Amino acid sequence: MSKITGSQAIIKCLQEEGVDTIFGFPGGAVIDLYDELMDSDIHDLLVRHEQGAVHAADGYARATGKVGVALLTSGPGATNGVTAIATAYMDSIPLVVLTGQVPRALIGNDAFQEVDIVGITRPCTKHNYLVSDPNELVSTLREAFYLASSGRPGPVLIDLPKDVVAAKMSFPEKKEIKMKTYQPNIEPHPGQISKACKAFLKAKRPVLYIGGGVILSNANKELTELAEKTQTPVTMTLMGLGGFPGTNPLSMGMLGMHGSYASNMMVAKSDLLIAVGARFDDRVTGRLDAFAPHAKIIHIDIDPTSISKNVEVDIPIVADCKYALRAMNSWFDDSKDFDASAIAEKHQPWLEQVKEWNDKHPLSYHDEGDIIKPQFVIETMNRLTGGDAIITTEVGQNQMWTAQFYKFNDPRTLLTSGGLGTMGYGLPAAIGAKMAFPDKTVIDVAGDGSIQMNIQELATAKQYGAKVKVAILNNNYLGMVRQWQELFYNKRYSATVMEVTPDFVELAKAYGAVGLRAKTKDEVEPVIKEALETDNVVIMDFVISREEGVFPMVPAGKATTEMLLV
Amino acid sequence: MKHTLSVLLQNKPGALSRVTGLFSGRGFNIESLCVAETLDSKVSCMTLVTHGDDGIIEQITKQLHKLIDVIKVTDVSEGEFVEREMVLIRVKAENTTRAEVLRVIDIFRGKVVDVSPASYSVEITGPESKINAVIDILRPIGIKEIIRTGTIAMARAPKK
Repeated sequence: MSKITGSQAIIKCLQEEGVDTIFGFPGGAVIDLYDELMDSDIHDLLVRHEQGAVHAADGYARATGKVGVALLTSGPGATNGVTAIATAYMDSIPLVVLTGQVPRALIGNDAFQEVDIVGITRPCTKHNYLVSDPNELVSTLREAFYLASSGRPGPVLIDLPKDVVAAKMSFPEKKEIKMKTYQPNIEPHPGQISKACKAFLKAKRPVLYIGGGVILSNANKELTELAEKTQTPVTMTLMGLGGFPGTNPLSMGMLGMHGSYASNMMVAKSDLLIAVGARFDDRVTGRLDAFAPHAKIIHIDIDPTSISKNVEVDIPIVADCKYALRAMNSWFDDSKDFDASAIAEKHQPWLEQVKEWNDKHPLSYHDEGDIIKPQFVIETMNRLTGGDAIITTEVGQNQMWTAQFYKFNDPRTLLTSGGLGTMGYGLPAAIGAKMAFPDKTVIDVAGDGSIQMNIQELATAKQYGAKVKVAILNNNYLGMVRQWQELFYNKRYSATVMEVTPDFVELAKAYGAVGLRAKTKDEVEPVIKEALETDNVVIMDFVISREEGVFPMVPAGKATTEMLLV
Repeated sequence: MKHTLSVLLQNKPGALSRVTGLFSGRGFNIESLCVAETLDSKVSCMTLVTHGDDGIIEQITKQLHKLIDVIKVTDVSEGEFVEREMVLIRVKAENTTRAEVLRVIDIFRGKVVDVSPASYSVEITGPESKINAVIDILRPIGIKEIIRTGTIAMARAPKK
């Protein structure tokens, strides 16, 4: 068999996996690989900071469902990627991150740009590798793609010593990957499905509580079928938004710290909670002993560690959400005890109660004359895009207002850092999504604080024609922390006032993008319209009501029924 | 409650630190840890003694399973099992106590492995409780140094 170089082998592996786009930043340790990339048909994007590369690969992965790939050099290149790797890890996003490493003979010698990135990323990757034998390079790459995309997905890092990449090796044929130490459970246990469905038939006040797992396993159709068949109200975590149509009458929107009144009330009063691909995060549950205190709990998750981690579960189902939901739907279809109209009738009082809560305290805000309310910006954006856009967010108030006021009907249309809460995620993630879907509108909803964390990626967007739109909800504050300080720290705004903020309109121009500003309510719609019609990267600077808060809000450590309302 | 876990894992660089990192990162306890190669040189066996309520032990077991390098996790303390630990103790042995030390070691079926004019170094194996007992007895005589291996454990073979 003819021998090829490690660089050639890596590119062949990427092609084998169907990788068309990678995001990265070169350096001495990966220069061979970059040289080889020049002759390949893989589109490689040069970002402006390695964190941006991994976030962009993450945005690409979330938008497409495929594995995102980033290529970083050794040392600082690799460490700059760590925040973004941890972001993907917390949200279970499939990534393969390739990092250069110093030649094997120098490892451990404190060589130039050497860092133990495998050691550093061990707790924030699904798995990672240092390839120390050229003959294991190809099998390691294949295994990495398999691990990243199967089971509970996650980022996998491969550290590539420079001499391994330069070595000659054979390229064995691809075989089906079987690992004796890793066998995710895809199919649900039929006994558990039948238990769960029987519990469903007995319930009077059921609630579906869905998370990012529904989106990761592409189970939105099966979920909608189950909710409609059983006339069960649905609430979503931040990561679950889009997993069930936000405009469906059964949708009560998000739950938890900034969830809707109806969502939090219905969970608290439910007698059956069906958690699907969600992990009972502290931002969802609030005070644990007051979370769904009367409910029997069914939990569907592919990761056994998620089950009974925070909340004791009555009926655990370890399986891929899609398979489990499909099995539940067919159980009902085949069961003589299931009568759709009878169950709809039985749940009617419960649905009326939920509607009453929702009518009593719908998501709302107070208009104040000409002043721009951030919620109004999101509502207008929702209306003007017809909900048909990919929305990324930064982290903080901008993220919560988006989650509350944009109605996500389709999976993979909200890309946001839920678990880690990484400011600076939105812009590079938007670029990644736009590269995957050049014809789709992609908007990053940002704050004036978080946009500055990775604003350098405007240059990447310009260079590759990723015509993303950035909507800055500008209040000259780090708004979410300020809100906490207002409510719980006697309005002592320590380190949350952005005394110096760039002129974002001028900044956009400096990057060759278009900058637009809205200072009054009337200007919001024309600005968004113009941005959507402009064939360029656009920054919209919305000067918003400075001390607007995100409500409802459950103070940390309180029960989710103890909401501060508008 | 105390639990003794037997963990089979790939004998690969970094596998051990994945396990210890998991414990430190998630705030689980390790009382002792003992690891060496099995009959298959590609596989190591780790005996890990930890404590926690049932929920914590369940999480530890699941989290260990989740590590890609881990092949199998058994809570041997759930059933019948044998456990052994070895200790090396350097104990003061002066004219007045030399005979007493030997008697104690004999009672515990230990062995003297090194002798000097002022001390004996002894080796004792047994379950943790026995090791603790011998230490308690020798302490008043004067222990100069002590090295313990930590527990290794094996489930008992089925009787039928």
